[in-house]
Amino acid sequence: MTRIEIIIVGIGGMGVVLAGRILARAAAIYENKEVVQTQSYGAEARGTAAKSEIIMNDKKINYPKVRKCDILIAMSQDGLKRYLPYLKDDGNLIFEQSLVKDIPKRKKLKTLGVPAIEIAEKVIGNRMVANIVIIAAAARFTKIVSENSLKRAITDIVPESMRNINLKAVDEGIKFLKSRLRQANLPF
Amino acid sequence: MINKQDKQVLSGTHFWQGDIACAEGAIAAGCRFFAGYPITPASEITEHMAKRLPEVGGIYVQMEDEIASISAVIGASWGGLKAMTATSGPGFSLMQENIGYACMTETPCVIVDIQRVGPSTGQATKAAQGDVMQARWGTHGDHEVIVLSPNSPQEMFDLTIRAFNLSELYRVPVIILADEIIGHMWEKVHVPPPEKIEIYNRKKPSSFSEPVFGGVGETEIPPMPRIGDGYNLLITGSTHDKYGYRKTVDPEVHRKLVTRIVNKIRKNAEKIIDVEIQNIENADIGIVSFGCTSRSVYDAIELAGREGITVGHVRLRTIWPFPEKIVRKLAEKVNFILVPEMNLGQLVYEVERVAGCEAHVKAISKIGGGEMITPEEILSEIKRFLRRRAV
Repeated sequence: MTRIEIIIVGIGGMGVVLAGRILARAAAIYENKEVVQTQSYGAEARGTAAKSEIIMNDKKINYPKVRKCDILIAMSQDGLKRYLPYLKDDGNLIFEQSLVKDIPKRKKLKTLGVPAIEIAEKVIGNRMVANIVIIAAAARFTKIVSENSLKRAITDIVPESMRNINLKAVDEGIKFLKSRLRQANLPF
Repeated sequence: MINKQDKQVLSGTHFWQGDIACAEGAIAAGCRFFAGYPITPASEITEHMAKRLPEVGGIYVQMEDEIASISAVIGASWGGLKAMTATSGPGFSLMQENIGYACMTETPCVIVDIQRVGPSTGQATKAAQGDVMQARWGTHGDHEVIVLSPNSPQEMFDLTIRAFNLSELYRVPVIILADEIIGHMWEKVHVPPPEKIEIYNRKKPSSFSEPVFGGVGETEIPPMPRIGDGYNLLITGSTHDKYGYRKTVDPEVHRKLVTRIVNKIRKNAEKIIDVEIQNIENADIGIVSFGCTSRSVYDAIELAGREGITVGHVRLRTIWPFPEKIVRKLAEKVNFILVPEMNLGQLVYEVERVAGCEAHVKAISKIGGGEMITPEEILSEIKRFLRRRAV
């Protein structure tokens, strides 16, 4: 594995930092990779831009910040606008499709829209797990970590009362990806 | 019943945030008292101590502010516990007077400053390295403290243990000067088995008549009794003799006391100083770095190497006492020394002082928004200075 850089961006309160922690832990502890995760948020508890940065590699990581990312997971239009310049031309853009409408037209870009909030609300019954729905779909789409590692990381860090709906969010995210790829006639 | 011994050292591999690793390092070192007031980006240390200390039989107190926090820590230390507090710039400013009290009363304690953008409340959630001189000279009067600078969650664990050991050994406040990047960064941390962790505990007096504020050689440390053990103890921030009696006009007593509390650090500096050194023998140019910025330097060195440039690097794990000998050695080997730091110039002046006429010293400064100095920015400065030499 070469160096993979990931940015997850959204608004404070969406669980962007937690989503980053889960992805990072899954890769570090359950897939034995070198991982650095940093985060950035405003002084206010909710409502300002929030960002999670993850770098994965087989060898030691020094500079801990993302410069050109392979994967951008956007949960807000502003976030996409701000961090799109950081995304590689042939990178992966995964976005929440009710919040991010204006999608850049770049030839080599691999894009995936996920109705994460709709799935979280209607199928799982809790809007809070939209972050997990989208990272589960993204993880499978880009093959950065396995479903199993994600679930183990969730079991480690999500409080027990919320654990089951978070694990269900992983299943639903992957289920969505499967149907979307089938529609597009792509292998799952 | 919980076996408190089992929970002291969480041996194994973890994926921890720097702040959590710091709290775990403290507990592994035997810290059993924490008093603090939450502040970004150090709140996670406070939060983790609140959760963990009761599990190991320790005491956590959330105080009304940072002045009270450091006061409680000093009191707990005299009560015989290893004690710590954690804060950031604004809280660190409030603690300064009592850090001086801890220096003067020779009270072992650990103070963690996770630096953020200042002055004042600045940018609360963003990283900076602007408290380098405050850590050294924040409190008034002649004094010496020890300041450690970790650059990873692993070192947040390791250096917190070392901070406690040094503070117990030298009876001095030890400051862990980290920054938001390191405090909030998540990375793997390996915790060794308890028997592999070296722990030092303060020396106790052997009799009630033994002086506890002197009566020893310049590089030696007097023993420290515990309140409640029966020792007739006088503890004061005013100048005192070896038994603790106030002597607020006698010049000799003051000279003796303050020279000793300064020299116990200065004359033991070589034992305290801990640096990481990369290729200084055949260096074309030098860098002195600390904290999160040193991680950019590692990558810059690799990038420079690909272009045939050898960069000599001294990375400070202890900032104070300042590692004069090794920095002077670097200055003798190269014409230029760069000092990247996330402030408008602090450590650079210390490097300049030590380098003297041997090398030109230049800061690479960057402030605001928590933006790190990148490896590419360091590389371009390296090349700019090497070109200058060619002319």
